[in-house]
Amino acid sequence: MTDRITRDDVAHVADLARLTLADDELDAFTGQLAAVLDHAADLDALDLDDVPPTAHPLPLRNVLRPDVVGETSDRAEVLAAAPSVEAEQFRVPPVLGEAP
Amino acid sequence: MSEQAPEIVPGWETVIGLEVHAELATATKLFSGAPNRFGGEPNTNVDPVSLGLPGSLPVLNEQAVELAIRVGLALHCRVQPSVFARKNYFYPDMPKDFQISQYDLPINEEGWLELPDGRRVGIERAHLEEDTGKSTHVGGGGRIHEAGHSLVDYNRAGVPLIEIVGAPDLRSAEDARAYVSELRSILVSIGASDGKMEEGSMRVDCNVSVRPVGQAEFGTRCEIKNINSLRSLGRAIAYEARRQVDLVTSGERVEQQTRHWNEDEGRTHKLRSKEEAYDYRYFPEPDLVPVEPSDEWIGAVRDALPMLPRERRHRLAEVAGVDTSAAALTVERGMDDLAVDAIAAGADAARVLVHVENNLADGVGALDAAAFAALMAMEVGGDLTATQAKTVLAALVADGGDPAAVAASLGFEAMDSGELEAIVDGIIAENPDDWAAFTSGDEKERKKKSGFFVGQVMKATGGQADGRAVNEVLARRAAG
Repeated sequence: MTDRITRDDVAHVADLARLTLADDELDAFTGQLAAVLDHAADLDALDLDDVPPTAHPLPLRNVLRPDVVGETSDRAEVLAAAPSVEAEQFRVPPVLGEAP
Repeated sequence: MSEQAPEIVPGWETVIGLEVHAELATATKLFSGAPNRFGGEPNTNVDPVSLGLPGSLPVLNEQAVELAIRVGLALHCRVQPSVFARKNYFYPDMPKDFQISQYDLPINEEGWLELPDGRRVGIERAHLEEDTGKSTHVGGGGRIHEAGHSLVDYNRAGVPLIEIVGAPDLRSAEDARAYVSELRSILVSIGASDGKMEEGSMRVDCNVSVRPVGQAEFGTRCEIKNINSLRSLGRAIAYEARRQVDLVTSGERVEQQTRHWNEDEGRTHKLRSKEEAYDYRYFPEPDLVPVEPSDEWIGAVRDALPMLPRERRHRLAEVAGVDTSAAALTVERGMDDLAVDAIAAGADAARVLVHVENNLADGVGALDAAAFAALMAMEVGGDLTATQAKTVLAALVADGGDPAAVAASLGFEAMDSGELEAIVDGIIAENPDDWAAFTSGDEKERKKKSGFFVGQVMKATGGQADGRAVNEVLARRAAG
């Protein structure tokens, strides 16, 4: 295991993802995530100075659709999939704070 | 920017930067064909993409990009290749648990906006992103912190937004209101947004800090959310500036926070501190490819832009020989074409602006520039009094027509000067004591009696006399 990622980093990421991890899980995932990062770090072995950065692997630009109204979903069907519904809306637990 | 902004607290300068979100006026959402429509039954303008259903994929709306380019050009930004990014956070109004936005490569960067008085405010960026759903807090009287549960409507989720980030160049609540008002006028004039703050299609987040006048460094800022009107914006800034000055002057520090404006209580309260700030973990959105509008596309959008409010102010200011501030209200009311044409047709510029500002509040109706110019000529030439001109103007707005004919039909005929002099002489003769007071040399008495004589002449002529002409006759008679 390398020091690419610490146990605290993994605990923080788990917290952001709303996951509760036991101590042994934290240890296990720290090792696994470090291995993933090691794999990605193989790129460091290559000389990439002349390669421009890219945001996407495909050589595509400007994939656009016309601004034309399409089909909408059936509300009854959509709401039937929700755990809780009230007044034709999704009912969720109280949320502290406000949307970022 | 501002050199002498009014101080909210004497000795302290308020520094303000605004982030404005405006919903773009497209037919459909940013990444799918669900309708972009305000109101409507909850959860009816939705599809798999706006609901974030697994397996659904976003496809970018061409018209949203076009409108974003319009905004960028109207704000004098550099329009550039851009990339979408995922902004990750958990909140029930984002069904995917991330919002697609733009981060390090926004579509528009580095522009400016000019206020009516000519000062310029920097624009840091104007980028595309999707709107969230709308949650309603139930229980606890609608207060977020006391709510029992929340209801979510995804009609708004995925509606295209342009987020316009202004530089911290504003120095007063008045500046901030003028900036938002100008931005709204620009967005509406280019057809990018309806700019309705009351429907939430334009929303303002406000960064405020304070510093002693003369200090170069900025103070620690707070971001204020939930500002729903221009009035709230001004109130929130004034409250927040005082709160921060009170903290500093009592030996405490301003903590970097996000704060919530409460309109009913007239105060802000803390939502979260810097330590509690969200960790968004932005990364490039793998389901969308970069957007690189061609020079041809950008050029075509530029060529099709209408005349912007700033250009309209400068045009009217030049034609009317006034400064751009004095031209602002006429432009804001959309009557500058009429004013410019009337002035070009020979109308007196000052009278045109006075009538537009005071007597055309409800629109121009059937009034055209030539008739307006002819009416102004009649007023300036003394054929009509200012009051009669106003009445004729109202008739022209209602029914159109020729101002001379309308004036005649209303019985407004210029009184011939001999006729007026005879009436004035008669009234002087009937009121010797008042005339003695008028000519006594006491300035106060003269003013008082001038009002009396004009009133008597108006009574005698059924309001047809021109007050200015009456005063001229009185002055001539008094001079002997």
